[in-house]
Amino acid sequence: MAPDTRLLPGTLDLLILKAVSLGPLHGYGILVRIGQISGGALLIEQGALYPALFRLVRQGLLKAKWGISENNRRAKFYELTAAGRKHLRQEADDWNRLAAAIASALGTQPEEV
Amino acid sequence: MKPLAFLRTVAAALLRRSRVESEMDEELRAHIRNRADDLERSGLPRAQAERRARVEFGGVERFKEECREALGTHFLETLVQDIRFGVRTLHKSPGFTLIAVLTLALGIGATTALFSVVNGVLLNPLPYKHPNRLVAIYSKTKDFRRFAISYPNFLDWVRDNHSFSALAAFLPEYFDLTGRGEPEQVQGERVSASFFPLLGVQPILGRQFTAKEDRLDGRPVVLLSGGFWKRKFGSARDVVGKTLTLNDTVYTIVGVMPANFSYGPSANFQANCDVFVPIGQWNNPIFRERQAAMGMDAVGRLKPGVTLVQARADMSLVAAHLAEQFPNADKDSGVTVIPLKQDFVGNVQPLLLILLAAVGFVLLIVCANVANLLLARSTGRAREFAIRAALGASQGRVIRQLLTESLLLSVAGGALGLLMAAWGTQAALSVLPEALPRASSVHLDGHVLFFALGVSILSGILFGLAPALRTRHVDLRETLKEGGRGGSGARHATQRIFVAVEMALAVVLLVGAGLMTRSLANLWSVNPGFDPHHVLFFSISSPRPLGGTPDDVRTAMRQIRRQLEAVPGVQAASLVAGSQPMWNDSELPFWVAGQPKPATQSQMSQALFYAVQPDYRKAMKIPLIRGRFLTAQDNEHSAPVIIIDQEFARLFFGHRNPIGQRIHLAIFDITPEIVGVVGHVKQWGLASAESSVQAQFYMPISQVPARFLPLLRTTPVVARTRAAPASEVAAIRRQLAQVNPDLVMFGAQPMESIISASLAARRFAMILLSVFAGIALLLSCIGIYGVISYLTSQRSHEVSIRIALGAQQRDVLAMVLGQGAKMALAGVGIGLAAALGLTWLMSHMLFGVSAHDPLTFLGVSVLLVLVALAACYVPARRASRVDPAMALRNE
Repeated sequence: MAPDTRLLPGTLDLLILKAVSLGPLHGYGILVRIGQISGGALLIEQGALYPALFRLVRQGLLKAKWGISENNRRAKFYELTAAGRKHLRQEADDWNRLAAAIASALGTQPEEV
Repeated sequence: MKPLAFLRTVAAALLRRSRVESEMDEELRAHIRNRADDLERSGLPRAQAERRARVEFGGVERFKEECREALGTHFLETLVQDIRFGVRTLHKSPGFTLIAVLTLALGIGATTALFSVVNGVLLNPLPYKHPNRLVAIYSKTKDFRRFAISYPNFLDWVRDNHSFSALAAFLPEYFDLTGRGEPEQVQGERVSASFFPLLGVQPILGRQFTAKEDRLDGRPVVLLSGGFWKRKFGSARDVVGKTLTLNDTVYTIVGVMPANFSYGPSANFQANCDVFVPIGQWNNPIFRERQAAMGMDAVGRLKPGVTLVQARADMSLVAAHLAEQFPNADKDSGVTVIPLKQDFVGNVQPLLLILLAAVGFVLLIVCANVANLLLARSTGRAREFAIRAALGASQGRVIRQLLTESLLLSVAGGALGLLMAAWGTQAALSVLPEALPRASSVHLDGHVLFFALGVSILSGILFGLAPALRTRHVDLRETLKEGGRGGSGARHATQRIFVAVEMALAVVLLVGAGLMTRSLANLWSVNPGFDPHHVLFFSISSPRPLGGTPDDVRTAMRQIRRQLEAVPGVQAASLVAGSQPMWNDSELPFWVAGQPKPATQSQMSQALFYAVQPDYRKAMKIPLIRGRFLTAQDNEHSAPVIIIDQEFARLFFGHRNPIGQRIHLAIFDITPEIVGVVGHVKQWGLASAESSVQAQFYMPISQVPARFLPLLRTTPVVARTRAAPASEVAAIRRQLAQVNPDLVMFGAQPMESIISASLAARRFAMILLSVFAGIALLLSCIGIYGVISYLTSQRSHEVSIRIALGAQQRDVLAMVLGQGAKMALAGVGIGLAAALGLTWLMSHMLFGVSAHDPLTFLGVSVLLVLVALAACYVPARRASRVDPAMALRNE
């Protein structure tokens, strides 16, 4: 994983929701999926994933159930709830708007002011 | 929550916790294994892959803790966990725990004990139906706000008022019970038929009085009190219908009242009443006179919706109407209506609240002391907190843990304190029964338990908060690096402030106790106007009139006196009707002969009258100022004479010589001549002149008009004895039995104990305030000792260097004592300021001393500073004797 890109606060939740929206995953799976979808550009402290997962479950955005993993081990799988799906859509829109605004702001040239 | 349901919740929480914990564990381990698998697949050896996976994952325990927080663990789980940990921690330092719990038990116990008194006396509702609708009713005259009611007025009030659903009158009476064993004096109360129904009290056996029985022509019926029924009839169920001979009249028993029934404290309701009879049956003609009030009071129940203010306005109208109709008796008099509870306990309310505040101060001192203990301890524990923080415990979590520990201490202290309170309250009440109204309703009930719990929790938070909040400022890295030698200047400042505050609180309590003690000492040195030493006070009573004709009665009274003086131990004796000093007051309206007669009797001046025998002055040792006292020659056959006191002379004759003057006594309808002047007697107690009636006069008991003689059936007696008064009681009783076997002697007590009873409330306050002040002094000394010891032990390094560099023992001693003196002086300063602001609250209890008495304030300050320095001396000496080589090596 790339060692130099830190996460903005609050973005971990968004990434988790996005990762899980593509199909139920266990904790390690989520980590791997985030690595894949971000092209390995985002660094996540591995242990920090779990408090975030527990929090999202408690907020009702994720639900967890125990199942059997691809290597035949008992594992806890996370998937999106309806509320989680809605939340993800909302947050993604907000993020995109914010990102566009920042990008536009940062792209401003001196003569445009 | 029911206890069982609560336990079930706790059990479920514990089960859930263990499941969540094991799943969390499994999930995190699976993650690390998966990562290790991946790393192994990428070519690392297994062992290395596993290690790398663990390192990448980070601190497992820290994330677990965060997960638990994210999960929002059940409140109870954390609580149970904290309690377990707390118990273990406290168990590890039993010395600290013991001292903290005992100190807390003292503080909480004292506070709870006093609260249980306040609860019983002031807060608990009176034991009647809808007690807040009940009011006490009195006559209001120009001299008295609460004066006895005359029966005709009472009947008119009942008829004319629009505010009360019922009114009931009561009048105390001693009855002589004959025909059931030895003749016996029983305490009775004449009551209206409406009395018990109005209060909502039902007889446990039989029935109440009917309206028909509450009239002159009513059949003689009696209700027994529960206590009398048990004592005299062995609680026999068949008592209804039997008879009781009281004052030679045969009464039929119609019922029995509950044993726990009580009314009062009220001047005119006997505290240990044995029998009740209908008041309306009493055929005494004076009782039926409008201008004569014989110690009858009333109680009323407000109609639904009627307020106290409306009732007062209504009764004023009723009284005004009567004043128009009967100006002689009722002009200028009104009606006083007071909520019943205020009537019962209003006079002790300020006293109890002051004591409650005082004991609150003690509790605050206790809290400050325990907080300081905890602060000192938390220095030693700084490393522990740092380690926990490093392991991922949040600050909130650590603070909660510390608060749980303090709460454990305070609840344990509270439980022990509750035991102490239960014991202490009973002990205190048994020592000082007469000081407190409603003492019987003081016991541990739900309110008190709730209060004790509340106080425990509050004080736990109070003393736990400062040390707990301290942990916020602990610099993790510094603490761990320094190896536990934490401790900042700020922490020491907190401890110093606590000690100063303790000292300040102790000053306030000491000043309060000091002022009370000085007041009581002043009161004891007040001359009551007579010499109470070796005076026995008692009453005699007979079931029948002492004689058939007035002359027979007078002869009998003279005979009684002769018999009394025949007892070898008795020097002088006298029957004394009317008023008795500090015991009972009786006034007569009069006007000075030669001055215009006031239009109505109610506009006349009042004077206390004492109907006595010639030896009264000798028995009481009242000084004769001029003229003479009564002699045996002043009798029913001679011209009426009186002796007045100095106040009477001053008020009504000024500088003129009163001897030879006459006054008109309205009710007695005689015009006696003044033949002597004696010293003033403190009728209303040593302290105050609460009543405006101060003029006093003495008249021969034999000159009391004939129609009033039947009222002398029960008469107080004073006797001067050669030895201790109590030792003569048996001899006097024997002697009286010789005159008339029917005579009953009762209520014997030394005059000195009557005086001391009049000071009971003040003594109660003084003793309790002194006890609280003593505890406060002790605790604040322990506090300053502890803090100085701690500070010097913290500075032992510095002290050693100073000594090594040549400082003398003296210098070290001075330095440490100076530190203590600074705290003590700061405390005394604050305390004196607070006391100046607070002592006016108790000014009504003080006597002969100002609330800002400089001597008390100064004395207390000096005492406190000296005691504080003495407490500091021990650690100071220890510090000055430090062997620098040893101390420095230990560093």
